[in-house]
Amino acid sequence: MDLTLDRLSVVTDGKKLLSDLSLTVADGRCVGLIGPNGSGKSTALKCIYRALRPSSGTVRLGEEELSRLSMRRSAQLVAALVQDGEIDLDFTVEEVVALGRTPHARGNQAPSSRERGLCEQAMRQVDIGHLARRGVLTLSGGERQRVLVARALVQEPTILVLDEPTNHLDVRHQVELLSLLRGTGLTTLVVLHDLNLAAAACDRLGVLSEGRLVATGTPEKILTTELVHDVFGVRTTVVSHPLTGDPQLLYSLDPPAPNGSDTPCPSYGD
Amino acid sequence: MHPSASAEPTVSTDSGERGGTAGDAPGVPFSGRSPGRGAVPLCAALLALLLVSVVVAIGLGTAVITPGDTARYLWAALSGEEIGASEATAYRIVWEIRTPRVLLAALVGAGLSTIGVAIQAMVRNALADPYVLGVSSGASVGAVGVTVTGGLAGLGVYAVSAGAFLGALTASALVYAASVSRGRLSPLRLILTGVAMALGFQAVMSVIIYLIPNSEATSTILYWTMGSFGAATWAALPAVAVAVLVGTAVLNRCSRALDVMALGDESAASLGIDPDRHRKGLLVLVSLVTGAMVAVSGAISFVGLVMPHLVRMVVGSTHARVLAVSPLAGAVFMVWVDLVARTLVAPRELPLGVITALIGVPVFVTLMRRRAYMFGAR
Repeated sequence: MDLTLDRLSVVTDGKKLLSDLSLTVADGRCVGLIGPNGSGKSTALKCIYRALRPSSGTVRLGEEELSRLSMRRSAQLVAALVQDGEIDLDFTVEEVVALGRTPHARGNQAPSSRERGLCEQAMRQVDIGHLARRGVLTLSGGERQRVLVARALVQEPTILVLDEPTNHLDVRHQVELLSLLRGTGLTTLVVLHDLNLAAAACDRLGVLSEGRLVATGTPEKILTTELVHDVFGVRTTVVSHPLTGDPQLLYSLDPPAPNGSDTPCPSYGD
Repeated sequence: MHPSASAEPTVSTDSGERGGTAGDAPGVPFSGRSPGRGAVPLCAALLALLLVSVVVAIGLGTAVITPGDTARYLWAALSGEEIGASEATAYRIVWEIRTPRVLLAALVGAGLSTIGVAIQAMVRNALADPYVLGVSSGASVGAVGVTVTGGLAGLGVYAVSAGAFLGALTASALVYAASVSRGRLSPLRLILTGVAMALGFQAVMSVIIYLIPNSEATSTILYWTMGSFGAATWAALPAVAVAVLVGTAVLNRCSRALDVMALGDESAASLGIDPDRHRKGLLVLVSLVTGAMVAVSGAISFVGLVMPHLVRMVVGSTHARVLAVSPLAGAVFMVWVDLVARTLVAPRELPLGVITALIGVPVFVTLMRRRAYMFGAR
């Protein structure tokens, strides 16, 4: 199922958080949203998982307009990993994961054996099976993040939106999570801060800056020294991954040149 | 309490202290229990304890009646059996005075615990109790207003209760109107407005006491701020019974939505639960049930605050279990609190708030010092 954002704008308190964002994630593809802090990435995702109503523009799931669907129906199609995953009560890990079935459940019915299997499988996939009986509030940030991923997986969505899924994760779990997401075959829109992981995990990238989409394309086309410098204000060297061929960025901690910071330093060029 | 302190390996202690999971073998990947089922034995035990407590409490008082006789009188009242003339006085004490009082205590205890659970979920705050929206001080102002002005005289003996109920609803409506913003109801704004509104109503009460030095008004205020079941009659029971039972049933039906709301507003939206819509519904329900209770018993502190936490410590956080156990635990507790209140310094009566505070404060402090129990990471 395609996910389409059509001229999406969000204005809050007179401030334009998102301007005319149009973006399509083709069925089964993974698109990464990158951009500096405050560029509107999370705002765009919130419009898709309905934590925020766009001021104008539409979100479409396949042919259907999101705003015409009930919250329950859209939650059956779209699962989200939210950034602000604060939990009030000390549920056990398996209880939180099982709550992912909420959009499919009627009332307080017990989970079916298929649903129990689904929860078990999701917990194994993100490596939290051994934490099933732990209280979520006793977990580390990375463990809790994986619990939230498992909850999104048991939702059995066709579309997955993830806001910085690798947050708090150690490097092994970052790599495992992104390869897991690639393997699901779901239509995925993911916000990532790590540009190298984004290049490795995503089919296409969209670059947001100050609420506007400034570029879209394959990672090879997007991750250039010039674009990264213009959007993020850092100087990088782009190399090709020796095994996969994905573009990878090497950062330099040198302070930017005092004058003419727009001119890339020759040594960092191609 | 703090997330940074949570990484210590307290696995076994944690799971051992949750009654709901203690019986399960560790390491099993997924128990898949039906959310409410783990609490069935506990509920059955509490229900039996409640029945025994009610019979015992009805028997005790200035005139002590044995549980056997109490049960016989109750049976006679229900079945219409004849009671000998020699026992007529004891029978009247049991059926006309103590039974409605003990039943009211059980109902209000059940209602306060249940509403405490709901309101803590609604404002997402561990310190919330059923009176956090200014309901109790609103009720006091309503009751005193009726006492002083003689309004609602058409309702006869129910005028003061009706005034209290209207005052409680007015307080909730004001809190709602002041905290809603662009159709959204933020939990923090809700609780802050409620606290401010409660202080405002208390100021109004002080002004009334100051300007109208009328002993009746003063004792009315004392009654409504400390709580008592002294005015319990059979006629007062049906309204509060309906409110508490319907409220509890509705909350039990939406226990999963309460679970989801505890995951945060954004997660709730992503799971198909509109947090604002549910908060508005909860506000209406909580206001009506609390208003109905306050109108007949005044504000009884601590039960609605402490009981939800105690129940969660025993059965875990899932609302299906918490909402099944809370009303029973609250009812048992309140029956005994009322018994102490009316027998400890008989023939005088202690205000219920005194007893619940004497029990509630140490329990709450102990509870807060326990590291294994957590409500939010804040």
